Amino acid sequence: MTTSVAFEKARAEGRAALVGYLPAGYPSVDGSITALRAMVQAGVDVVEVGLPYSDPLIDGPVIQRAVDGALRAGTTTTDVLRVVEAVAATGAPAVVMSYWNPLGRYGAAAFARDLAAAGGSGVITPDLTPDADDAWLPAAREHGLDTVFLVAPSSTDERIAMTTASCRGFVYATSVMGVTGTRDQVSDAASVLVSRTRATTELPVAVGLGVSDAGQAAEIAAFADGVVVGSAFVRRMLEAPDEPAGAASVAELAGELAGGVRRR
Amino acid sequence: MDTTPGGGHVLAADRPGRFGPYGGRYVPEALVAALDELDREYAAAAQDPSFTAELDHLLTTYSGRPTPLTEAARFGAEAAHGARILLKREDLNHTGSHKINNVLGQALLTKRIGKQRVIAETGAGQHGVATATAAALMGLECVIYMGEEDTRRQALNVARMRLLGATVIPVSTGSRTLKDAINEALRDWVTNVETTNYVFGTVAGPHPFPTLVRDLQRIIGVEARQQVLDLTGRLPDAVAACVGGGSNAIGIFHAFLDDADVALYGFEAGGDGVATGRHAATITAGSPGVLHGARSYLLQDEMGQTIESHSISAGLDYPGVGPEHSWLKDTGRAAYEPVDDAEAMEAFRVLCRTEGIIPAIESSHALAGARRLGERLGKQHGPGAVILVNLSGRGDKDVDTAAKWFGIMDESGEVRA
Ligand SMILES: Cc1ncc(COP(=O)(O)O)c(C=O)c1O
Repeated sequence: MTTSVAFEKARAEGRAALVGYLPAGYPSVDGSITALRAMVQAGVDVVEVGLPYSDPLIDGPVIQRAVDGALRAGTTTTDVLRVVEAVAATGAPAVVMSYWNPLGRYGAAAFARDLAAAGGSGVITPDLTPDADDAWLPAAREHGLDTVFLVAPSSTDERIAMTTASCRGFVYATSVMGVTGTRDQVSDAASVLVSRTRATTELPVAVGLGVSDAGQAAEIAAFADGVVVGSAFVRRMLEAPDEPAGAASVAELAGELAGGVRRR
Repeated sequence: MDTTPGGGHVLAADRPGRFGPYGGRYVPEALVAALDELDREYAAAAQDPSFTAELDHLLTTYSGRPTPLTEAARFGAEAAHGARILLKREDLNHTGSHKINNVLGQALLTKRIGKQRVIAETGAGQHGVATATAAALMGLECVIYMGEEDTRRQALNVARMRLLGATVIPVSTGSRTLKDAINEALRDWVTNVETTNYVFGTVAGPHPFPTLVRDLQRIIGVEARQQVLDLTGRLPDAVAACVGGGSNAIGIFHAFLDDADVALYGFEAGGDGVATGRHAATITAGSPGVLHGARSYLLQDEMGQTIESHSISAGLDYPGVGPEHSWLKDTGRAAYEPVDDAEAMEAFRVLCRTEGIIPAIESSHALAGARRLGERLGKQHGPGAVILVNLSGRGDKDVDTAAKWFGIMDESGEVRA
């Protein structure tokens, strides 16, 4: 399934899509596969597979800890592609979330080719805006990959238009100014940003950064096409005593959130 | 916009903030508005006579510019094969290093933009001290991020920052040094960008920092070039500077870019030796990639993960380098060589003993490089080569490290009998 089909399906059901993130390789490569599959079974529509990076500058302490663990365990870009392949085999679209340097190092064209071959749907690039580098877009287009760029509350209207024009699949709207991590409240900035983004594109708009429970998911589902949850899932993994417990805990949260996006 | 002499033709940037294939802006979209604002405000300020007059006034009456040029005659004769070693005394700036040149400009810019809070990263603590100083002077709230490892080896500077009213936040992620302090400062900035300006300490980072910081440090070379001419009647044969992120080096290099006969040398931290893998010799041993928002040489593994750097010098202990240096290296206009810990500390010792100047350990890398150049140039042209060295800072902050290195103090800090 492509990300577009997943968002359409959710829309047809009168709900928002649920997007779930975990970094590949934490606590092990197989452990992350098990947890991501459990997420899909429990109702996550689109999976974000994090590519671990040493300097994740828009991630808060929760994701940093898991990513550090994945790197210490020796997770490689090839491992990440293996995780994508295993997740895509469930039928859910899998997109990679990656900072630019590991992709640039692998080679934009080579990564696009190998990700497509692994069944991956696209890439979210948190530190790459469409105007930053000429290497990524042509490579992604050639292999039919979604290119998901971020828009932020501080983006000007011109930049939002420029960004969504380069997006494919969906647009990622960061609900607050800040780093990843759970927050107590959904910010007002999110709905404003979603309307500003919608004014420039027909693509689905997913909202992320800070969503932690079903109540918040429902609030966001009322105005956005997708709800992205990362740190809350990662926290479940960090707090679990072992891999099976982590997967079970992730599935439990996914179930609650899937209820949330249907509540609106 | 590049109005600096030499900027136009040596550095063919095809877009703003590019130095050949290096530089640029690889940042979260959330930061783009603030970087654009900084770029715009800086361009306007640079054209505004009242801004430049205020900066000049501070540089003169507060920091003590122009800094002198000191001929290190005994050092040259005894330790540099008879070369004439001319020290550009950035150590005599208020707060003890070249970092203040940049900070005064950026703090004025912060006020111009109307923000009340500044944040900064620091390695050796010199940039943190300079930022805390300017913040105190201008009534700005100040938060400094510093790797936990660095707060230990530069404890004196932590105390100085606190005395100046800044909050120092030790960073315990990653290698707990400068690289991680920058990550943490960028995270703060993304969160508080509406009220906060990031006073970046070197010529790395996303556009406009490499250009902005370079322009504010250019004064080092502009002064030094004239001072060397006045003293010797000619241009130097070589210019030597240490390279961490590269701000003191670019600052002294820039005025000489068009002087084809002046060789430019950047000395990187070789740590335990480049062959050991424990070093910070980014240009010597690294490869191009993206770190902290810009494309440049960096220390990375085959997967693109940053490799931790090592150096006795906290200010050079950084796995990246400013993009303009990468371009100067590729074009061949400047050359970069490693100097290991032991060689730097020997130069430190010799300068103390021959000139009565205790240099920063960072600057000692440039001094060690100058000794090497003295030997090389002496062989080529005979004695009397003129070597301009950027003495980027004073060594007070390093007394603890140096006293332990030379066995004056034991590991617990007790002075040996
Ligand atoms: C005295 C001194 N020299 C040099 C440096 C290195 O920085 P840069 O390469 O930007 O000049 C530092 C950094 O802390 C410093 O304190």
